[in-house]
Amino acid sequence: MALKTATATERGAGRAETWRSFKMATWLGWQIESNWADPFLFAIYSFAKPLASAAILVVMYGVITGGAYNDPLFPYVYLGNTFYIYVGAVMTGVSWAVIADREEYKTLKYIYVAPVEIPIYLMGRGVARFITGSFAVIITLLAGVLFLHLPIDPAKVQWGLFFVSLFIGVVMLAMMGLLLGSLSLILVHHAGFLGEAVAGALYVFSGAIFPLSVLPPAMQFIGYLIPITYWLELLRRSLVGGVAEAFPTLQGLSNTQLLGILLGLSLVFGVISIFVFRACNRRALDRGLIDRTTNY
Amino acid sequence: MSSQPKQFERLSGWRLFFNTIAARAYPRLIGQQRETSWLLFDVFLPLFSVAAYVYLYRAMDAPEEYVGFVLIGGAMTAFWLNVLWSMSSQLFWEKEQGNLSLYIIAPNSMMAVLLGMAMGGMLATCLRAIVILGLGSWLFQVSYQVVNFGQLFVVFILAMVALYGMGMMTSSLFLLFGREAWHISNLAQEPIYLAAGFYFPVKSLGFWIAAGASIIPLTLALDAMRQLSYPGGEEVGFLPVNVEIAILMVLAVVFVVSAKLLLDKMEKLAVREGRLTEGRR
Repeated sequence: MALKTATATERGAGRAETWRSFKMATWLGWQIESNWADPFLFAIYSFAKPLASAAILVVMYGVITGGAYNDPLFPYVYLGNTFYIYVGAVMTGVSWAVIADREEYKTLKYIYVAPVEIPIYLMGRGVARFITGSFAVIITLLAGVLFLHLPIDPAKVQWGLFFVSLFIGVVMLAMMGLLLGSLSLILVHHAGFLGEAVAGALYVFSGAIFPLSVLPPAMQFIGYLIPITYWLELLRRSLVGGVAEAFPTLQGLSNTQLLGILLGLSLVFGVISIFVFRACNRRALDRGLIDRTTNY
Repeated sequence: MSSQPKQFERLSGWRLFFNTIAARAYPRLIGQQRETSWLLFDVFLPLFSVAAYVYLYRAMDAPEEYVGFVLIGGAMTAFWLNVLWSMSSQLFWEKEQGNLSLYIIAPNSMMAVLLGMAMGGMLATCLRAIVILGLGSWLFQVSYQVVNFGQLFVVFILAMVALYGMGMMTSSLFLLFGREAWHISNLAQEPIYLAAGFYFPVKSLGFWIAAGASIIPLTLALDAMRQLSYPGGEEVGFLPVNVEIAILMVLAVVFVVSAKLLLDKMEKLAVREGRLTEGRR
């Protein structure tokens, strides 16, 4: 009985430590992200990049189609690009925490010796980016609805599907961020570019701004292996269901099938991330890489 | 003193100036040869954006010239990124790493240091831009029909002088920045790609926006290069090529002279306020 009580207490302490690590990392991430400027400048900074990125596509689309924004291709492009903001924000946010703490602030070694769960800490550091990313997504969507007649009707949106897909996707992106962060622990060169490079590659392979059918067959195959492809499609379908039927990518799959594939691939990536983190973490500790400064 | 070996002779005047330029350009050129893995990121990262925009144009059945426009814009992003991260914010990085105070107390001209950075960066980035353009053109089967090679060369050279002059000018401003330097460089990417028409003819933005964006040398340079790369390119051009060349000349002079003036001012200010050795994280 005494042993049982002790185990339960330990479990409780473990959960408390997990929650504390996450909460503290979230607060720290938010401070790092936001306190370099006054709130107004920070808001401009947070919105200018994603809005400019969307505007590039809008201008490209407008130039070629002569402003045919009611064509199904436009919501496909616009929504794909808008929700891709989360990929850069969450995935890169989690992985960049390793570089920022190790190279820039030189605090990673102190965090390692503190009673903190490192994967949970890294996830927490990504939350700040998720928050700023969410603001950017909302502003970009609003701009699309107000100025470009993006056909989003709140009464017709499948909110359940939207939030479930969004939640699964964000967790999946955080796990992919952990995977990249783990590799950053042991990479000698270019660890700082890893998140950006992977996000750039996934932007092409997931068909974020064009139907996958435009890609050569070999690249399409890679696209079908990436969970982000299914995630973006689900978000598009949940928001503009009627229009989404005309999207050429993944036409043959129902929402339930897409959700199942997204969940399955997310689980696979999640499990891989945990194993890769354990392996990289052990290697980094063995080789004394935690306080390394590469200046890359 | 007269018995001092020749290699330790103290240089001064123009010899010191040119030696400083060569010394600062050296690591940028040779560093790249020693660490070729940089090429992977410098070439493939811009290629991903280029590929995405190319496929978008293809999805919309755009004329093939637009694929060429994207590739030219993609190649020129290498120069913009180089100016942004390795010119404008370079003195900030030097400060963070403790080199800036060494630059200041050494008997060389800071202008020569900046020129060396610009020369080295420009030559090294040329190689990357050529690879991006060549690889992209091969991958996407794009061909060009250059209308006037002479003008194209003049536009490119003027664009480089003006662009790197702009980088030299802004680098002294970055001396006054702390942690926000990184964010400001980061911010000057997508909004500039939009305003300068990196991936579409800048004319599409309307006259006044395009005119305002012309303060960035790449706006007019890209527009002129696109006009010169395809017959009939003037249809999508913002201004006639000769006018764009004239404006680029003015920009080149203004930016280089401003760089000298601002550098002198900011250097004094930074010394007076003791910001040369601080690391504000």
